[in-house]
Order: sequence, then C-alpha cells, then structure tokens
Amino acid sequence: MKKTFALSLAAALMATTVPLSAETLRWARSGDALTLDPHAQNEGPTHTVRHQMYEPLIIRDVTGAFEPALATDWAPSTDDPNVWVFNLREGVTFHDGSAFTAEDVVFSFERAKQPNSDMKELIGSITEVRAVDDYTIEIVTDGPNPILPSNLTNLFIMDKDWTEANDTVNVQDFEGGEITFATTNANGTGPYVLQSREPDVKTVMTRNDNYWGIDQFPMQVTEIVYTPIQNAATRVAALLSGEVDFLQDMPVQDLDRVNNADGLVVKQAPQNRVIFFGMNQGADDIEADNIDGKNPLADVKVRKAMSMAINRDAIRQVVMRGQSQPAGMIAPPFVNGWTADMDAESSTDIEGAKALLAEAGYADGFSIRLDCPNDRYVNDEAICQAAVGMLGQIGVTVNLDAKPKAQHFPLITDGKTDFYMLGWGVPTYDSEYIFNFLVHGRESDIGTWNGTGFDNDDLDAKIKSLASNTDLDARNADIAAIWRVVQDEALYIPIHHQVLNWGMAEKVGIEVDPEDQPKVKYFTMN
Amino acid sequence: MLAFIIRRIGQSILVLLIVGLVAFSMFNFVGDPIDNMLGQERTAEDIERLRIQLGLDQPFPVQYFKFLQEAVQGNFGVSYRQGRPVAEILLERAPATLELAAVSGILAIIFGIALGVFTAIRRNGVLANIVMSASLIGVSLPTFLIGILLIYVFSVELGWLPSFGRGDVVDLGWWRTGFLTESGLKALILPSITLGLYQMTLIMRLVRSEMLEVLRQDYIRFARARGLKDRAVNFRHALKNTMVPVITVIGLQLGAIIAFAIITETVFQWPGVGLLFINAIQFVDIPVMAAYLMLISVMFVGINLAVDILYFFIDPRLRADRAGGH
Repeated sequence: MKKTFALSLAAALMATTVPLSAETLRWARSGDALTLDPHAQNEGPTHTVRHQMYEPLIIRDVTGAFEPALATDWAPSTDDPNVWVFNLREGVTFHDGSAFTAEDVVFSFERAKQPNSDMKELIGSITEVRAVDDYTIEIVTDGPNPILPSNLTNLFIMDKDWTEANDTVNVQDFEGGEITFATTNANGTGPYVLQSREPDVKTVMTRNDNYWGIDQFPMQVTEIVYTPIQNAATRVAALLSGEVDFLQDMPVQDLDRVNNADGLVVKQAPQNRVIFFGMNQGADDIEADNIDGKNPLADVKVRKAMSMAINRDAIRQVVMRGQSQPAGMIAPPFVNGWTADMDAESSTDIEGAKALLAEAGYADGFSIRLDCPNDRYVNDEAICQAAVGMLGQIGVTVNLDAKPKAQHFPLITDGKTDFYMLGWGVPTYDSEYIFNFLVHGRESDIGTWNGTGFDNDDLDAKIKSLASNTDLDARNADIAAIWRVVQDEALYIPIHHQVLNWGMAEKVGIEVDPEDQPKVKYFTMN
Repeated sequence: MLAFIIRRIGQSILVLLIVGLVAFSMFNFVGDPIDNMLGQERTAEDIERLRIQLGLDQPFPVQYFKFLQEAVQGNFGVSYRQGRPVAEILLERAPATLELAAVSGILAIIFGIALGVFTAIRRNGVLANIVMSASLIGVSLPTFLIGILLIYVFSVELGWLPSFGRGDVVDLGWWRTGFLTESGLKALILPSITLGLYQMTLIMRLVRSEMLEVLRQDYIRFARARGLKDRAVNFRHALKNTMVPVITVIGLQLGAIIAFAIITETVFQWPGVGLLFINAIQFVDIPVMAAYLMLISVMFVGINLAVDILYFFIDPRLRADRAGGH
C-alpha cells in the first residue's frame, strides 16, 4: 500500500515537472533574418531570430532592463578603470553538447572584431578580451567605458570548437555573397535549437531541454515556427484566421479589428523609436526654399516657430489613431538622459509662431521642400502630409516629396536635403548614442546622421568626453547640459514616440518589449 | 521557315539587349542599395568601400556590360539582401511560381474556353447572360483586391483554406513540389484562382466573340444546311476556326501569368520569384532585379517565338504564303 502511494506520488510529481503537451508558437512578422551568422549583420529582425538560439553575455528583459545571460555578474575592475570584469555562468552547454567556457567568449569577441563583421563598430572601444580562468574574463577598452555593457546585448557567443570544425572561424562575407556553415546552421547556448530553415519562407526551432535556465523561465513553447509575411493585409488575415498565434509589425488600421476578434488581443508599449524633422541650419543659403541668398532655417526663431506650428495631439489622434506619444525631445523615454520635463517641451501656438516668424523677418512666410520616407516608419507619409497643413497655417508653404526609404536616407547622409523626416532608435539606451550620430558635427565617422549642419566645437568636445567619463553623476550632468543646448537651439522638431503593437492569440502570454525583440523563453502558453 | 526563325531569333536578342539597357538605366532611380546594406552605425569609409566593392561607382553602361559579361557565363552575381548567388535563389524559387502559373493557366484555359463556347452558342440564354455579367468583375477588379476578398471569405470567415504560404512541400531533390501534400494542394486554390481569373475572363470573352463571328460565316450555314449535327458544327468547324487568334492570346497571357504573379504572390506570401522581385525592389537588390527582368524578357520573347511557329501548324494559309516566298 505504502509502496503504491509512493509510486503514485512520484508519478504525480513527475507529471507536474514535465510539461504534458507540446505547444507550438506560430509567429509571423514582415521580414526574415538576413543570415544566421551571429556577427554578419547588425539588424533588428536578424538579431531577433538569433536571440532564440544564441545568447550574449547580457540580455535585456521585457522591460528593457539588463538580465544576466551567459555572464552572471559584471563590474568595472577595481584596479584598472579601462577594464570590465565578467563572471561567466558555469555548467552551460552548447546545443551540440560541448561545454561553454571563457575560451568561447574570447573567441567570439575576436570574431566580432574581424573586418567582415557588422558588429565591429559597436565594440570598437575594446582592445583586448582575456580569460582569467575558465569562468572569468576581462574586457580591456581603449579608455574608461562606463556604458560598455549596453553594447554587448546583441553580441552572441559561439562555440570555438564548432566554428573550427565547420570552417566558419571567419565571419561570412555578406556583401561578397559568401555562404558558410554558420549562415544556415546554428549552435548556440540559447533556449531553442534550429530544426530547419528556408530563408524568407520558414524557420523551425524546438525547445532546448538542456537549457541552463529551463526552470528559471516559463519556456512553455516547445516549438517555434517563424514565417515572414510581407503583405500587411495577409499578415492580419493569418492572425484572424488562426493560422498564426503571434504577430509583429501590426498595421495600425487593423488594431481594432484584431482587438474585437474573439480570442485575439493587441498589446502595446512605447517603442524605442522617436520620429522628428531635421532642418539644415548650417548652410548660408539652401536650395529647397524660395528665399534667395538667405537661409531662414539658420534663425532659431524660425525653427522654434515651425515646431510651435505642429499640433502633435492632432497627429496622434488623426494620423496615428492614438498609436503614438507626442514628443518634446528626440530621445525615447527609457533612454538615460530623457526627462519628462523636456519631453513635454513642445506646445502648439499658431499666433505665437506667427509672431516669431515676423520677428525673424518672415512675416509673409516662405516655401520649402520637405523630404519624407513612405515605407519606413508607421504612417510616415501621412505625418508629413499633416505637417504640410499645419505649417501652412503660419505661412510656411511646404512642398512634400515622399520617397521610398532607399531613396530618402541617402539624401540625409549625403547632405542633399534641407528639411527632412528621420526616426531614431537607441540600442544602447544612453543619450551618448543620440549625440554621436545626430548632434555632433558631421565628420567621416561621427555625426554621420546629423543633416542639420549644426557644428559646435565646445559641444562636440563635451560629447566626445562622455565616452570615457566614469563618474556617472558628472556624466549625467553633462548629458543634461548637452540636451539643454539641443532643446534651446531647436535643433530638431520632435513629433512623437512610436508605439509598438503585437497581436496575439489570448493563450499567448508575453509583454511587449520596447526593442521589438521578442524572446520566446519568456512566453507562456495556456 | 528556317530563315524566318533565324530572323526572329536575331530580333529577339536585340529586344533582350535593349530591355537590359533600359533596366540598368532605371536602377539608379530605385535608390541606393548601400543604405539598406549597412546599419545606422556605418561610417563614410564603410559606404565608400562597399560602393567600390560592388562596382556601384561605375556609370551604368559599364555596370550593364559587366553584368552581360558575367551573365553569358551563367553568373548572375550575388543578392545584396540574401548574400547568396542569384542563380541559386531563382532556381530555388522558380518551382513555386511555375506550379502556381501552371495551375492558374490550366484553370483559365479550361474554364475560359468552355464558358466562351457556352456563352456563344446560348447567346441569348439567361445563364449565359449571368456568366457574361459576372465576367465583368473578373476583368475590372484588380488582382490584389480579389486576393484579399478571397482570403477574407475563405480563410478569415469560413476558415476553409490557408491565407498565406505554400503549405508543406515535398523535396524531389531539384524541385520542391506542393502537389503531393494535402496542405500544398489546399494552399494552391486561392492564389491560382486569383491569378487565373483575369486570364479566364479574357479567354472566355475572346472565344465568345470570335465564335460568334465564325458562326455567322457562310461555311457554317452550309454545314448546317447539309444537316450536320450541332455538335459537329460547333466544335469541329466553328471552334477550330476560332482558335487561331485565341492561341496567340493564350500564349501571350501565359507569359503574363508568370510575370504578373508578382501581385498574387505578394498578397498570398507565395514563396516564388515574383515575391523575390518585390523584395528586391524594396531593398534595391540590383543583381536580383536584373536577373529577374532578363529572365522575364527571355520568357516573353521565347513565348512569342513559339506562338509564331505554332501558327505554321494551325493555319495552313500562313504556310502557303511563306512557301511562296516574297
């Protein structure tokens, strides 16, 4: 009797620990990963697919906060300000069964620094990675780097022996069309194992039952079927008809439809992307306007007036159907340096704007061309159309020129536009990234996306010093001071923060991740 | 006849070269591929290095010449987006498009001819009039709308058929077919109707008007006067004489089915060459665009050639004319 009781108890215990049913997550979004080679392309959807199979030292959880992955803890070295020390997780194995050690980390960083790697800029400050013992590494940078961990959240660790055995020690030469074993196969430490992959058609992954965190995370999905569906209407239809359980890249116009459908929900969160207009203030005369010999945008009053003409609430309600958060600064809300006060520093005041314009000597207004993408951001062209009407109210006649992104972005980087739309995401979650690309004067390797012609040497020096300032309070004070200049100069006209929407079946439990990078190990299915 | 064929082949090659030249001159306007290939962290040096590496710093006639040089050796370059040889990608994608086009084409021909004959013979019948009115929808509604409507009705509301993809495919080594699995066959239904509907109505209307024309001819009256059965008159005499112009159009439409599968493939996420081409345009993937456009023009030129040759066998008068020489 006792024996049978013990047996049935054991059986019951086993039943609770071993998941009974297989749960498949059918997941669709608009595009596919470009390659599986962990270091070949630094691109959102590509990283998202890799995150299921490979792991970096640190990941961001669904709130955007750091979470230990292959490293258990990390801190700057107490002896040398140029060194970060990472303690690695013990007892982790790759999918092929081989053990994860410091040697693999050292190798992966070296691989990511190869010329063909697309990740090399992100870790450009790293001069050396050395293994102290099997589970400790030291990362040496060319100067103190207080925000190094932020640059490592998409830097995946590969198995040194696996790459050697399969001749993929070198990063795939993506532009040269090279195919290596690592392009189509994966051997990571991650929660899911690659089963099959047909680029642009279907990728299937199954749960890694030896995953180190199998008891720590929900891990309820046993199989992932990932399908890119390009056409927005078809993508939504697939969700509505129950052929897909989880959808990224939800079209804004279908949100109500999905929300009202039985068994489906839409979840949303502010996205790590802010949308704004840039104005060329640097040139003596600009081509895109009707004023000869002068550049109206060079006058801060004109720039402020234009910003005051934009009715961000109207754009939110009419153009975005409520799916945006009006912005007053060009940093997404969870970025270090963002403040609620500065983000509220935008107001609509048509009369005030007209007065400012008159003060600047443009009482009759002027006309200017606005360059806008039509396939990059949510309702990008419609936002520009709305802005045309709003600027018209203060006498600024705007000629809209909307183009596909492949034609729009070169205008900005080549300095061929004087008034343009741009959106910006901040993978490092720190303002320095924004300053480096959008505020620092344009040089060959810094300020590359600053199309405003703004170039302030003192400010540039301050921006450069952020990289090595280890005194975080002083650094944050500098960041606030730089933002003050950006705001007072009306360098950009902030429009809004995009809101991210994920559509899913009710049984899928996951919160929206601001980076648009779902990690399936956090999903529950019931 | 041989001289005729050789002359036509010569003309065809000229057409191909011109198509290629026009295509290459257009690529500059599609946008800058570099922008999509490098992330936002790129530097000016990265851009310059890649531009030179890809040969994009050269004027377009030079780029075109280089493309031709490689293409005649069967090398179509490397896709900017997928980083794989274009020829390999096209071969991988072709079966999906060809299977879809074949099914749509066969549906369009069978139903088009049958309904055309029916509406011609029963010219004043109620059913024939209904078919004729309904066919207006097929001609006037754009393909993407028909596709989305079908998805809405049969996938979302009724849940009978899949809204996207090709279902399970069987790999035969050099050809992945969807004909051998149930989900593959189910997935074919909506896209092939969407793709073939326009062609079907076109064929039907053409067959009908040609047939009405033929039915008015004297030899048909004589045949009836001789007391031949209706079936013999309609099918042996009338339909056969209707087919000459119809075959020309079917031939050309066959090319159109493959070329315009682009829209249907986009709506149904059908993994064929049309979808590949749309992706290529968005990404400014020049090697894929160039190879696809050349492939499609080779196909059109080839079909035209085949149709011309077919005339010889169907219409004896053409043979007599040519044999007489000019």
